[in-house]
Amino acid sequence: MKKKNKNQDFEGFAKGHNACAGCGAAIAMRHLMKIAGANTIVAIATGCMEVVSTVYPLSSWEVPCIHSAFENVAATASGIELALKKQGKRKINVIAIAGDGGTFDIGLQALSGMLERGHRILYVCYDNEAYMNTGIQRSSATPLHAETTTSPYGKIHGKIEPKKNMPLIVASHGKNIYVATASVGYLEDFKRKVKKALRHIHKKNGGPAYLQVLCPCVLGWKIPTNITIQIARKAVNCRAYPLFEIENGKLTLQEFPEEKIEDYLKLQGRFSNLAKKEIIKLKKFFESEYSKLRNFTNR
Amino acid sequence: MSTNGSNNGERREIKMKKIPRAISCSKAIAEAVRLCKPAVVAAYPITPQTLIVEELAKMHAERILDCEFVNAESEHSALSICIGAQATGSRTFTATSSQGLALMHEMLFIASGLRLPIVMVVANRALSAPINIWCDHSDTMASRDSGWLQFYCESVQEAHDTVIQAYKIAESVLLPAMVCIDGFTLSHVTENAELIKNLKNFLPPYKPCCKLDPSRPITIGAIVPPEFYFEFKMQQQKAMLLAQKTIKKINLEFKKRFYRSYGDGLIETFNLEKAKKAIIALGSQCSTIKYVINLKKNTEFGLIRLKCFRPFPGKELVAACENIEEVYVIDRAISFGNGAPLYTEVKATLPEKIKVKSYLIGIGGQDVSPEIIKKLIK
Repeated sequence: MKKKNKNQDFEGFAKGHNACAGCGAAIAMRHLMKIAGANTIVAIATGCMEVVSTVYPLSSWEVPCIHSAFENVAATASGIELALKKQGKRKINVIAIAGDGGTFDIGLQALSGMLERGHRILYVCYDNEAYMNTGIQRSSATPLHAETTTSPYGKIHGKIEPKKNMPLIVASHGKNIYVATASVGYLEDFKRKVKKALRHIHKKNGGPAYLQVLCPCVLGWKIPTNITIQIARKAVNCRAYPLFEIENGKLTLQEFPEEKIEDYLKLQGRFSNLAKKEIIKLKKFFESEYSKLRNFTNR
Repeated sequence: MSTNGSNNGERREIKMKKIPRAISCSKAIAEAVRLCKPAVVAAYPITPQTLIVEELAKMHAERILDCEFVNAESEHSALSICIGAQATGSRTFTATSSQGLALMHEMLFIASGLRLPIVMVVANRALSAPINIWCDHSDTMASRDSGWLQFYCESVQEAHDTVIQAYKIAESVLLPAMVCIDGFTLSHVTENAELIKNLKNFLPPYKPCCKLDPSRPITIGAIVPPEFYFEFKMQQQKAMLLAQKTIKKINLEFKKRFYRSYGDGLIETFNLEKAKKAIIALGSQCSTIKYVINLKKNTEFGLIRLKCFRPFPGKELVAACENIEEVYVIDRAISFGNGAPLYTEVKATLPEKIKVKSYLIGIGGQDVSPEIIKKLIK
């Protein structure tokens, strides 16, 4: 009993880091590490969470942590996992952490390699839907019509391409991958998925796990610092960010109380310039993505 | 002496004398790697490096190489995998060529900056464009400032020995090491070589001072502000300078243990005692140069072969050129806009009274034939 309490008190991502007030990703990191515990090695890609947590000579990481480059966290973690395997230390959790840019864009190839080779790694993508660390540039995870510094609102209305469906790309790599989306708006659900993912990487004949967690960014989304959780919840409820799990190739779509898309968009500066027809287009895209997922559940 | 004896008696005698067996360079390198017991081998195929990795894959499949063997999805990831594994406290190996080394470029600096003693064999090959798979040194010369030790080998025997030495040197000074072998003209060559059988009392198991270990958490690869960054870089530079002494020391240690050495470990001289002029070169072409020098009686030419290019053996080079009036520097790479890399470094090192001439030979796999060398030293 005592041991269990000790685990719950564990803070792998210590306070005092440099993240902005209201940072969604920092919340995700904290709870991820609370579940993962001390017997963990973290590999982190270049990005917000790396920059705010490892400013020399300080570090927020209470577990061993390595940062090497932007696009290669999946490969670095693969090396860690292999070394541990060879050393007979398989019980250690290996967690790779990257933002959406480091996952959807520049890190896609390394992630694909890691998945294909079946490394027992929990890969966590904190998805704040743009390159926030470099000052809010669009990534392939940025939603349709969202305004960023490289998809500004002019005669062209924000980003003209829809968001890439990364979890399905990950799932296409094989059945033995645990895939889930989460949101810091539903922390208990996120923590449950972290636990499940860690179980998956350690179980007999286990494999990789991919967890993509929506983390609002106050600067990038242009929202007040006190609505991070609220907006992360709304994203799920209005089906802009559906939560689901894929286990053994089977997709389970989670149901949440439905909210209107307009209520989600109007709170955010990045969507403030949208015309009505663009809101309709965005709504249609979210609906089509949702029905695509629903179709998968019926397979 | 030929190994194909005409009668059984002669054959038996040869066997008893343990005359080196003919072995391909890739096999000799793979055998050296196997002996060093890397825990993780990660690589991606590229000509002309592939033979080495194929040999290692075969050894792994036959379970005579006890390691985690990974077919990475790119060279960038191959080196990243080595970085992750080495940081976790395991010895690693990778090999590449040309475009592969260029793709790794970013990670080269990270491996050296994190002070991870990874050993990599580079089968030297020209860089695109236009695409060319044959030997020159443009790939490794383009990464000379990446903080890796660079050794250039002349023979199969030396390639075998240098891989083993490289692990010991790299792990002593905490810097990664490139063992460069000329693509095809060395990588695909079969020569007589004596394989080392065990490394007892020479290469101890890899035990890093710090590693990724949950019982002692550390952060590796932090973001370092200006007030500390320079200090990190100066430490790398110090390690490079220290490496010069270490290389010499390990060359001697190797000689004591295995009865072979390569000059002083940094440079090797040939016919330099009475020479007025010296050729300075790297790699397998030095055998051709030695051959041509040997053909000519009373030649005023000698050879200085840089076995080690990084760290640059400036002091040793100046000492070797004490009685030399003129040097001919042979480069197999171009530094566009400023001649050639070996030439510019030699020129900057030698005193002004020595005339330094630059020659570009063997670019993109052009044959470095005895005829070409003969023309040079006529």
